[in-house]
Amino acid sequence: MLLALLVLALIAATLAAPVVARAVSGRARGFGDGSRRERLAPEIGYDPGRERRAEQRARQLLRSCVNDEEWGMYRDLGFIRVDGRKRPGRRATDPAQVAAGPAPYAYLVYPHKPILAYVPGSGQLLSEYCVQFPDLTGAGSTRLPASDDVLAKWMALTSDESRVIGRANMHLVGRQLDPSRVRRDLWRLAEWERRRGNQGSVEARRA
Amino acid sequence: MIEIKFLRMKPGHGEVLLTEGDPRVREEEERLVEEFRSQLDQGMWAAVPTENARSGRREAQMVREYAEIPPEAERVIFFPRAAGG
Repeated sequence: MLLALLVLALIAATLAAPVVARAVSGRARGFGDGSRRERLAPEIGYDPGRERRAEQRARQLLRSCVNDEEWGMYRDLGFIRVDGRKRPGRRATDPAQVAAGPAPYAYLVYPHKPILAYVPGSGQLLSEYCVQFPDLTGAGSTRLPASDDVLAKWMALTSDESRVIGRANMHLVGRQLDPSRVRRDLWRLAEWERRRGNQGSVEARRA
Repeated sequence: MIEIKFLRMKPGHGEVLLTEGDPRVREEEERLVEEFRSQLDQGMWAAVPTENARSGRREAQMVREYAEIPPEAERVIFFPRAAGG
């Protein structure tokens, strides 16, 4: 009789073991939420404060590189216009005159979006150039802060336009950028320049 | 050339100071040259923010070799090379 009871107790204990184990671990989770979060944090590797601080540093670097107008444009509108290369036409003979004249085309540089090419005189949208600057050397994220992405595009366009455009994937406008939103941005740019009193710009004259 | 800083854009950090030094001092220049090559070997592009003397326009100058760094440059910014998105 005693032996039978002992065998029954052993069987019951074996069957109940998984249930008890689950209950104990669940309770441990409930009580130790904070410490679990701390343990998980390095695994997730995402710190919103760190990203924000990185973006603040990137904004300072961008501001120190571009001129006041470009910085104001980025701060107020969220993008920067970069003039395309000015090539002398058949009739132009004076290089200084060419440099002072309007650019035949320009780019809108958005953070983490394609570069948009357009004609400042007519507002015609030409194409979008999908380009990234992925940092493949580290183990974590490859994506630069937004303002660093803008600065990388700005530096690449103002120093070696053909190289960066040659590496980009060119598409008709509308693949990633919404044409109506871009037109609205061009209108915003014109208004912004008009308010600043920059009547010489093509966008301001068109507005 | 005056004291020059090498900065690098890094995801999650913003810019990071890689090294700085006076290129007129031999040991410091050697360190700068070594760091420059190291960054290019890692696939970085290097650019120097400049101001066009004639137009006053701010722009950047891409440098592919240490010797191409303008004498008046105060900083060189390294950033990942462009790739089609």
